[in-house]
Amino acid sequence: MGFIIELLIAALIVIGGAFALIGSWGLVRLPTLMERLHGPTKATTLGLGGLLVASVLFFQLGEGVWSAHELLITLFLFITAPISANMIAKVHLHRRRAGFVGEPESMAGIPPRPGGDGDWATFEAPRRGTPAATSEF
Amino acid sequence: MIALAVPFAFGCIALALALNLLRLFRGPSLGDRIVALDTMVINVIGLIVLIGIAAANDTYFEAGLLLATVGFVSTVAYCKFVLRGDIVE
Repeated sequence: MGFIIELLIAALIVIGGAFALIGSWGLVRLPTLMERLHGPTKATTLGLGGLLVASVLFFQLGEGVWSAHELLITLFLFITAPISANMIAKVHLHRRRAGFVGEPESMAGIPPRPGGDGDWATFEAPRRGTPAATSEF
Repeated sequence: MIALAVPFAFGCIALALALNLLRLFRGPSLGDRIVALDTMVINVIGLIVLIGIAAANDTYFEAGLLLATVGFVSTVAYCKFVLRGDIVE
């Protein structure tokens, strides 16, 4: 394995580990849940992407084995990370509406109500008269 | 050089898991605990990938792929349970 290739793989591993750590640090450090979501969903996913690219290069250029498993993990993770973040944000909005969350709001505030007579669909698919939370039944 | 980078990344991910555990215990709300569990799963996938690089063995990625699937499904199931009080309706 050439020096440049080894340097590239080592740099990707270091960047991946550092971004995973930064994501978790953001999860601990940021003040409210809506802000805390940013760390894991962006930094940690990016860090894992770096590790997986390093792994592809390591097995491709170092061992001479073509393995596509890492690309499968990358694809799956990059598709599912926004979905789970969306679900967690919906849980937060739902519980806040139901009065279960007592933490102070961030500077940005909660997302504004959408226009018209609609509301954020945290409870079920939106339609006219949908209750936004269990407490509004 | 990879021999130096891999222990560094192991340390980073171990520290990240400890921070996630702190958030998991501190809460304060249910959403924080779901985020912490989801992040722990992603970090453990990174750990498995690193073990695969350190051992120069590509068998570990099956475990990583399985864990990615199970982690996503469990996060969505947990969120669905909180939102609806039921998972499969």
